[in-house]
Amino acid sequence: MADGVAVHAPQFDDAEQQRTASNLGIWIFLATEILFFGALFAAYAITRVRFAEAFAAGSRLTNLPLAGVNTAVLLTSSLTMALGVHAARHGARRALIGWLGMTIALGCAFLAIKAVEYRFDYLEHLVPVLDFHYAGPQADQVELFFYLYFFITGVHALHVIIGIGCIATIAVMASRHTFSPAYFTPVDVTGLYWHLVDVIWLFVFPILYLISRS
Amino acid sequence: MNSAVIASHEDYLSSGWSWRSWLTTLDHKRIGILYTIAITLLFGIGGAAAAMIRLDLLTPHSQLVSIETYNKLFTMHGVIMVWFFLIPSIPATLGNFLVPMMVGARDLAFPRLNLASWYLFVAGGLLTIYALLTGGVDTGWTFYAPYSTTFSSSRVFAVASGVFIAGFSSILTGLNFVVTIHEMRAPGMTWFRLPLFIWSMYATSLILVLATPVLAMTLMLMAIERTFGIGVFDPALGGDPLLFQHLFWFYSHPAVYIMIVPAMGVASEIISCFCRKPVFGYRFMAYAILAIAAFGFLVWGHHMFVSGQSAYAGTVFSLLTFLVAVPSAIKVFNWTATLYKGQVSFQAPMLYALGFIGLFTIGGLTGLFLASMGLDIHLHDTYFVVAHFHYIMVGAAVMGFFGGIHFWWPKITGRMYPEGWARFSAILTFVGFNLTFFPQFILGYLGMPRRYPEYPPEFQVWNVLSSAGSSLLVFGYVLPLLYLMWSLRYGERAPANPWNAKGLEWETDSPPPSENFHSTPLVTEEAYAYARAEPPHG
Repeated sequence: MADGVAVHAPQFDDAEQQRTASNLGIWIFLATEILFFGALFAAYAITRVRFAEAFAAGSRLTNLPLAGVNTAVLLTSSLTMALGVHAARHGARRALIGWLGMTIALGCAFLAIKAVEYRFDYLEHLVPVLDFHYAGPQADQVELFFYLYFFITGVHALHVIIGIGCIATIAVMASRHTFSPAYFTPVDVTGLYWHLVDVIWLFVFPILYLISRS
Repeated sequence: MNSAVIASHEDYLSSGWSWRSWLTTLDHKRIGILYTIAITLLFGIGGAAAAMIRLDLLTPHSQLVSIETYNKLFTMHGVIMVWFFLIPSIPATLGNFLVPMMVGARDLAFPRLNLASWYLFVAGGLLTIYALLTGGVDTGWTFYAPYSTTFSSSRVFAVASGVFIAGFSSILTGLNFVVTIHEMRAPGMTWFRLPLFIWSMYATSLILVLATPVLAMTLMLMAIERTFGIGVFDPALGGDPLLFQHLFWFYSHPAVYIMIVPAMGVASEIISCFCRKPVFGYRFMAYAILAIAAFGFLVWGHHMFVSGQSAYAGTVFSLLTFLVAVPSAIKVFNWTATLYKGQVSFQAPMLYALGFIGLFTIGGLTGLFLASMGLDIHLHDTYFVVAHFHYIMVGAAVMGFFGGIHFWWPKITGRMYPEGWARFSAILTFVGFNLTFFPQFILGYLGMPRRYPEYPPEFQVWNVLSSAGSSLLVFGYVLPLLYLMWSLRYGERAPANPWNAKGLEWETDSPPPSENFHSTPLVTEEAYAYARAEPPHG
């Protein structure tokens, strides 16, 4: 495909049909992801309404500075991903690989900061089941908050890990001259997935860290 | 299609005979057959559990199995039949085979995802069977918390994991169908020229991709709560068991439509063909399918009328449930109107389709009893509910599945099935089904609760009738397995279009070539453009 001629899989009539099909496919997959997280957010919302004070107390124990930095890191990674897709569209192979590399680096930075944050949570005895001590009232409900905190951020982090794997794969494909301005669907599709992971974080961040914090 | 173009292409079955050629195939037709084999085996396991249940219920006291075993048997029956037979039954077998052919495509949009979905299904199925054989699970197929999260000492985690994995196969199949139907229709195949089977696959796929993730997350929350002893469902830990029920039924009510909507599509194809008439009110039929899928997402609370949910919520759910009856009735009336003045003939697929209409009507109407909040207090968790949903999920959906298997058998295998045996099986299934499940309406109305291995002696006569019916059903389901296998070798060779039916799949060879069509078909007429003069078999 290095010569820039668009080829397509045998079930498709042409490259354009393959491109629109892949795009529709990823959008449907993103819809399933929203429902997947939607169930989790619904469970969180219902439990939060029932134990508003305990959840607010739990929120205040989360590490806002680290999560704030992480939000900036993840948003920046979406920018570098978008620039990567732009580079792919214009056939700038080296730029594409560079932007993908930066996206991977930012994704790894997000995970590293998250790990540090978990470490602090552990030192403050905020890990349910493993080591949880809370002196204030409604300790069980605060523990429930932290259970959901680890569940939601954990499932999100799993998506970040999968995203990094996908981006690494297309970076290798790019280094093998797989893409051209006529064919860069995998870059586009991976980009959409990465943006969704980012958007989900934009919901995770306020509901866990910000609401009724002050 | 010009059938005289090339006759030398080999068909999809003879393009490779090795194990490897099957287990690594990307051909949607072969994957459909792989799915058929897998779900037939699982249907056998789920059916054996049902047979044990009916045997045990012959006597008022549980004499065949212990009470614990009984709980595990009905759970095994429910888990296997719902997730490993009914959900994939028509979409993953006939749907896989027919969706690309009916829209005039060479394959599904994503063949590798299609094969991956089969492997996920098999992995989930094997894990579930392993867990069921090495201890079993006793929660009922609904996994209600906090029993599942806290009290049950059976293999909840492993079975939930199996269902979780199989869920992703559903999502991949649904995604593939939606994209294929949107993007890969042949020239001239406009939306309103699509066969109603395709409309039913489209609606089913939307439910699969939008509902299944919620089940996956719910099972994950439940399994982790069970493992770590903390979570959002167990009230002893601050959780809310109603939350589990809401999330569970948000998936599991639409799941019922995943089972029945495809059968509606199959019935439309068969009835139109054997009446030699277009389906009456084609557009309304298409809209009704979409309406059923859409309403299906808004009625889950009718499973929870007696759970303590608010009466206002209950009223809204009740009203919305009654609304589902409108598109359902449109479909039944339109099938009936298709029969009116049709040139009706009674081949086996038609017998199955007519049986489908009858059983669906009874199942649907009794659903309205259960949608009434007052009446549901009396009927909730009784055999009335069991009878109602078996009329829909086993009666109607499985009749549709068998009807479809017979109708497209010549296309899939290139062989005709023995017509006499098939008609006999269709009638036997219909009779056996009604004998099995109609007494359960009466038992439920009289107050016999579901999931109990023992009952007062005065209920015995209805239970014996039901068990007798189930033995007829066993024959009704095993006979087709035998004669269809027989026909693979000894059946008459099928022509390209044995029923003189309309639809792109009938314009290519039986069995079709690997790429489905020798050249891309061009669609120039509406769906079901039947002319009365042509008899159903040419």
